Amino acid sequence: MPSERVLILEPGRAERHYWRDLWHYRELFIILAWRDVAVRYKQTVIGVLWALLQPFFSMVVLTVIFGKLAKLPADGETPYAVMVYAGMLPWQLFSGILNSASNSLIGNANLISKVYFPRLIIPLSSAVVTLVDFGISFFILAGLMLWYGFLPSWQILFLPLFILFAIAASLGPALWITALNIKYRDFRYVIPFLIQLGLYVSPVGFSSSIIPEQWRLLYSLNPVVGIIDGFRWCLLGGESELYLPGFLMSFGIVAFFLWYGISYFRKTEKTFADLV
Amino acid sequence: MDQDIIIAAENLGKKYIIGHQQNERYNALRDVLARTFKNLVRSARDMIQGKALVAGDELEEFWALREINFAIRRGEVVGIIGRNGAGKSTLLKVLSRITEPSEGRVTLRGRVASLLEVGTGFHPELTGRENIFLNGAILGMTRAEIKQKFDEIVDFAGVEKFLDTPVKRYSSGMYVRLAFAVAAHLEPEILVVDEVLAVGDAEFQKKCLGKMKDVAGHGRTVLFVSHNMAAIQHLCDSAILLEKGTMIQKGYVQDVVAHYLSNRVHAQSVRIDLSQFDRIGKGEWKFQEFCITNDRGEITHPVVGGPCKFIMTVRGPKGKKGCFRAELLLSNALGTPLILFASDVAVRENLWLENPYHKLICHVDRLPLSEGQYLVTLHLGVDNVMQDRLQESFSIEVAPASYYGTSRNLPERWQGKTVLVDHHWTIEKYEPSSLESRSNISIQSPITDGFGEVG
Repeated sequence: MPSERVLILEPGRAERHYWRDLWHYRELFIILAWRDVAVRYKQTVIGVLWALLQPFFSMVVLTVIFGKLAKLPADGETPYAVMVYAGMLPWQLFSGILNSASNSLIGNANLISKVYFPRLIIPLSSAVVTLVDFGISFFILAGLMLWYGFLPSWQILFLPLFILFAIAASLGPALWITALNIKYRDFRYVIPFLIQLGLYVSPVGFSSSIIPEQWRLLYSLNPVVGIIDGFRWCLLGGESELYLPGFLMSFGIVAFFLWYGISYFRKTEKTFADLV
Repeated sequence: MDQDIIIAAENLGKKYIIGHQQNERYNALRDVLARTFKNLVRSARDMIQGKALVAGDELEEFWALREINFAIRRGEVVGIIGRNGAGKSTLLKVLSRITEPSEGRVTLRGRVASLLEVGTGFHPELTGRENIFLNGAILGMTRAEIKQKFDEIVDFAGVEKFLDTPVKRYSSGMYVRLAFAVAAHLEPEILVVDEVLAVGDAEFQKKCLGKMKDVAGHGRTVLFVSHNMAAIQHLCDSAILLEKGTMIQKGYVQDVVAHYLSNRVHAQSVRIDLSQFDRIGKGEWKFQEFCITNDRGEITHPVVGGPCKFIMTVRGPKGKKGCFRAELLLSNALGTPLILFASDVAVRENLWLENPYHKLICHVDRLPLSEGQYLVTLHLGVDNVMQDRLQESFSIEVAPASYYGTSRNLPERWQGKTVLVDHHWTIEKYEPSSLESRSNISIQSPITDGFGEVG
C-alpha cells in the first residue's frame, strides 16, 4: 500500500502535519462539542432558559448600580440597559470561553490518558458551549432593543468579525492557561478570581468613554476593552464611538496571546498524558 | 525498510521523574515547617523554569521502558506479558501516541487505534445510542463508519431495549457489554488492546475473545496485554516478555508464556503478602494475606493427599456488610485450571462479611494434587460485585507424599498436570461367551504408562 501513512514517534519530534491532523479529527471535535452542549442541559428544569437568565439579571444589576446609583453617562442617546447588555454579551463570551477552556484539559483527563488525538480539540470543543449560550442570549438583546425602540444601523454588518475577535482573544490565554493548569493546578484557582476582577476592570457596566483621554491608551492594554467597544460600535450604531488607537492596541495584544497560547500548547501537549 | 514490518521499535525508552518522601522519625513542627518551606521554594523555582512539579523530597529518574527493540509484521497478533510494573501499559501508551518516548523511535505504518480501557469517554448522562457515537468517535471511527455498524454493535451488546436510556441507569454488565461492543467493531490497521477482557461475565468474555480472534484473522495487527495466559495463548502467535522495563524475550507464544510462568514468584515463604500483586475489582474488600496450614494448624506447604486449610485474610470497609462469594482456583504451570473451590457452590447458606477483618478458610480433607507448583487465582465478590481478583499472581508448592498410600507416585511427566481422585481397582474373571456380565471394572484415572507423552 503506497498511499499508507508512515508515522515516526521520536522524542521532541515536531508534528509535521499538525493542522492536517487536526482537520482529520474534526468529527471528534463536533461530537465532543455536542456532548458538552447535550450534557449541560440534561437534567435541568428550565434548560436553555439558564442561558437567558444569567446575562439578563447581570445586566439588570449593573444597570441599577452604574446607571441609576452611580449615575454614569451612557453613550449618546443609547438607553443605559441596552448599552450594558451590548457590553455584557462579549464579556460573557470572553469569560465563558476562558473559564471552560482553561478547565477543559483537567476535566477530560481520562480521555487524555487513554486515547490519542490532537489535544487542541478539547479546549476548542469546550468553547462551543459558550458560543451556543452566546447565540441564545442574543435574543434578549433583540428584545431589549425592541422594548426601547432602538434600531441598529449598518455597523451591525461588522459584528461577525468582532465575534471572531472575541473568540480569538479568549482562546489565546485559555490555551496557555489550560496547558499550565495541567502542570500547576494553582491556575484553577486563579481563573475565577481573574474573571471576577475583569468584570469591574473592563467597561461592562459603564462606557469606556468615561475614562480620561490621557489614560485611554493605557486602559486599552486590556484586550476586553477593544472587544466591548467594538461590539458597542456595531450594535449601537454611531452612538458609541470606536477609539481607534486603543482598538489597534487590543488587536495586537490579542494576536500576540493567540500565537503564544497556541505555540505553548503545542510545545507541551505531548507531555499532558504524563502529567494528568 | 521491509514493507511488511508494520511496527518497528528501535532502542525505545520512556523515562519518568518520581519523587520520594523522606521518612523522618521525629516530625517536630519545626521540621515540618522547614520542609514545607524548602518544598515551596523548590516548587516556585521549578515553576519559573517551567519544570513539572513532583511531590517528595528526593527526585529520581525512573525508566519505565529501556532499550526496547522489536519488529512486528502485518497481521501478526502479539501478546505482551510481564508482571505488574514491567512496562506493558507504558509500551502501549507510547505506541498509541498518548505519550512521547524519551529516547529511541517507533515507526508505524497505518492507523493505530488503542483500547486501553473499556468505555473511555462514556458519559453517564447520555443515552446508549449517544454514547455509541461518542465512544466510537473517541476511538477514531468516523460517523459514517459508526452508522454503518450501529446495528451490529447494538446486537453484539444486546442492549436494544435500553438504547434510549442514559447509561447511568445501566447495570455494570450492560455498560461493559456496550462499551466493548463499540470497541470490538473498530477496524484500524493496528489495534492496541490493554487488559480489557478481564471485565464482564464469563460468557461475554468468551464472545469478546471470539471477536478479537476474528479481528486478528482479518490481517490486522494486534498488540494485546493480558494477565490471562490462556487468552494470550488462544489469541496470539507470538509474544513479548517485559521485565522491569526491558524486553526479556520475543518469540513464539508458547515459549514465552512458558518462560514467564517458570519465573513466577514461588512461594518462598509459606505466608504470602498479597498487597504486592496486580489485581482488578472494585477494591472495597481486598485480600491481604494467603497461607496454608496443616491439620495441626502450622503454616506450611501442603502435602499430596494431606489435609489442609487455605486461609485468606480479607480487609473491608468499616460498617459495611455484604453477602460474599469467594473462589480459589488452582491451575497447573501452563495455566490450565485444575481445581476450583467456590464458596457459594460448596455451602448452602449465604456467607456474610460484617467486620472490616475476616479470615476466609477453605478446608480440604485430602488435597488431590501431585507434587509440584500450582498457580493460584483468588476471587472475591460481594453482593455480586467483583471486589478483588488476583489472576495467577503467585504459585504454591505441593510437597511430595504418596496419595494412595502405596508409596508410589505419578510418573514425573504427569506430575502437576492432573488431579488425583480416590478410587480403587478390582479384577474379575469372565467367560468369553458372556461378555455382557462384566462389571466393576472402572478406569477413572489415567495412571497407566500406556497414556503416552503429554504436553
